[in-house]
Amino acid sequence: MTTEKKQALSELALRVREHIVRLSTDGGCFTGASLSCADLLVYLYADFLNVHPGNLTDPERDYLFLSKGHDVPALYGTFAELGFMPKERLQNHLKSNDSIYWHPNRSVPGVEFHSGSLGHLPSVALGVAMDAKLRGQNQHVIVITGDGELNEGTCWEAVLVASAKKMNNLTLVVDRNHFQANIATEELIPLEPLAPKFEAFGAVVKRIDGHDFTALEEAFTALPFSEDKPSVIICDTVRGRGLPSIERRADRWFCNFSSEEITSLLKELHSQEATNLTSETLTVR
Amino acid sequence: MNYEQLIHETALADERLLVMTAENRALIRNLPGPLGPRFIDTGITEQTMIGAAAGLALRGRVPVVHALATFLTLRAFEFIRTDVGIPHLPVKISAFVPGFLSDGNGPTHQAIEDVSLMRGIPGMTVFAPADEADMLAMLPAIWASPDPAYLRVNTRPSTYQHEPFVLGKAEIVSEGKDITILTYGMLFEQALIAKDLLTEAGYSVGLVNLRSLKPLDEAAVLNVVKGGSLIVTLEDHFQTGGLYSILAELLLENELTAKVLPLALKERWYKPGLLSEVLEYEGFTGQHIARRIGERLGDGAHSFGAKTKVVENEFAE
Repeated sequence: MTTEKKQALSELALRVREHIVRLSTDGGCFTGASLSCADLLVYLYADFLNVHPGNLTDPERDYLFLSKGHDVPALYGTFAELGFMPKERLQNHLKSNDSIYWHPNRSVPGVEFHSGSLGHLPSVALGVAMDAKLRGQNQHVIVITGDGELNEGTCWEAVLVASAKKMNNLTLVVDRNHFQANIATEELIPLEPLAPKFEAFGAVVKRIDGHDFTALEEAFTALPFSEDKPSVIICDTVRGRGLPSIERRADRWFCNFSSEEITSLLKELHSQEATNLTSETLTVR
Repeated sequence: MNYEQLIHETALADERLLVMTAENRALIRNLPGPLGPRFIDTGITEQTMIGAAAGLALRGRVPVVHALATFLTLRAFEFIRTDVGIPHLPVKISAFVPGFLSDGNGPTHQAIEDVSLMRGIPGMTVFAPADEADMLAMLPAIWASPDPAYLRVNTRPSTYQHEPFVLGKAEIVSEGKDITILTYGMLFEQALIAKDLLTEAGYSVGLVNLRSLKPLDEAAVLNVVKGGSLIVTLEDHFQTGGLYSILAELLLENELTAKVLPLALKERWYKPGLLSEVLEYEGFTGQHIARRIGERLGDGAHSFGAKTKVVENEFAE
C-alpha cells in the first residue's frame, strides 16, 4: 500500500472516530466496539468493496453484513464520510424522526440487513452467497462478527454449512477486540486458539492486525483464499482504539459521556493524551 | 397431484422458488435431482436454514422451507421473527407433523403452540389445511403472495369435497342453530364425523373449516357469533394462543360475547402413541367430540355412536 493511500485512509478513519465520539453522549452508544472496527470498515468501504452510494441496488455489488450490530457509530460514521448519508443525519441519533439507533436499520442506505441479535447474519450472508452462486456472480459476500458473538452456536453452524456447500464467495471477518460486553473473552468463554477452530470447521483462515491498513489490504485482496472453502479473516483489534482513556477497559463498553468529556475526548483522538473521565461507567444495555 | 409434484411443477414455472430443508425430506424426497442447486439441504440446522432463506429472499427468491413444525417454530423462532418477520420477506414455511400429526414422537415433537407463536409475528400469515386436497388448493396462492407464510402441512387423505380456496376466506360446510364447530387442520376430519353424529341426534350443527388463522375470516366468524349457537373451538393446539384465543380477541374487539366450548389441550402435552390412540385417549375422535359437545349441552340421552375408526398416519419422521 502506498504511503499516500495509507495516509488518506488514516485521515478518513480519524474523522470516523470523531463521529463515534460525538455519538457517545445524549444517550450514548457502544463506543469501544465501534472504535475497534473503525479501521476495518473504513478500509472495506473506502478501498476494497464494490459498493458505493451509486450501486446499492446493483445485484452484482459486493455485500457487507454487520452482524455485530452494536458498532453502528463506526458504520454510519463511515457512511457519512463516504456520501451514503448526509453527515447531518447523525444528529438524529436516538430521535424518533429517524431510524438512527444503537443497531443497524435497513432504511439507512448501505445497510444490507438489520442486526442486533447476535449470531444471525452469518446465515443471512450465507443465503446471499448461495444466491450469488446460483446466478453465477462473483461478488464478495462479507459478514463481520464480534468475538464475543462467537459464543453463539449459530455462527459456527453457518460456517459448517458454508463449508459443506463450498461457499468460497463468503468471508467471515472477526473483530477480535478481546472483549465480550463487560468481560475479557478469555476470562469468560475463551476462544483461543481461534484460527484452528475455524479451520476445523472447514474454512481457510488468515489472522492479521485489524488496525494495519497494509495488512488489511494484503488479506482482503487475496480473497478468496480457496476455490472451494469459505474464508475467515481474524482481525486482532483493540477495543476503544484511538482513545487511550478507554482502550482495553472492560467497564467502557457502552459509553454516555458528558459534553465536557466529549470535547476532551475529541482532543484525545488527535493528541493521544488520556482524558480524565468522571462519568459513570454503564455496564448494561 | 401431491405436495411434491405441486412444488416441483411450481419451481419449474417460477425460477424464484427454491426448496430448502433442514434434512426433513419426507415430502420432497425426489426433488434433489430435478431441482439441482435449487434444492438446498442445510442439514439439521433450522436456524441457519431460516437465516439463509432470509438471505435468499433478500435477493428475490421465494424459499419454501421444510422441517418439523416444532423445531421450526421453537428452535428457529427468533430467526423467523427477526430475519423473516422484521423485513417481511416472502419465506414460506412448510411445517411438518404439526399438532396431533406427530403422534408417537412425544412432547419434544408436539407443535401445539405453533399457531400462537406464528400469528404473534407482525405480517406473518398462518394456514392450516383440513387435508391434502385442501392444502394443495391453497398452496399456489400462499406461494404467490408477497407475505411470509406458515403452513401446517397436512397430507391426510380427503374425506370431503372442498370448495375452491380463496385466501382469507373460511369454508362454511354448514350453518347450525344449536352448535357451530370452528376448526382448522387435521381435526376437520373428526369434526365432520362429530357433525353427523350430532345431526343424527337431532341437533342443527354448523361446521366451519377456517383454513387460514391469519388473516382470519372475521366476517364468517362474526356471522357465526350472531347466529347465537354454542360455538365449539376445536383444535390440536394449546388452549392458550390458538383459535379459542383468536375468537376471544375478536369478540372483545367487537364488544360481543358468546357461549363457547373450547376443545383444545389445556396446560398439557398430549399422550404420545399411534394417531388413533392419541385421539381416543385425548377425546378428539368424532365420537368423543360429539359426546363432549353433548355433555356441554346437558345431553344425557345420546351415546353418539360407536368408537370412531381413525386412519393412522402413513409417515414416520
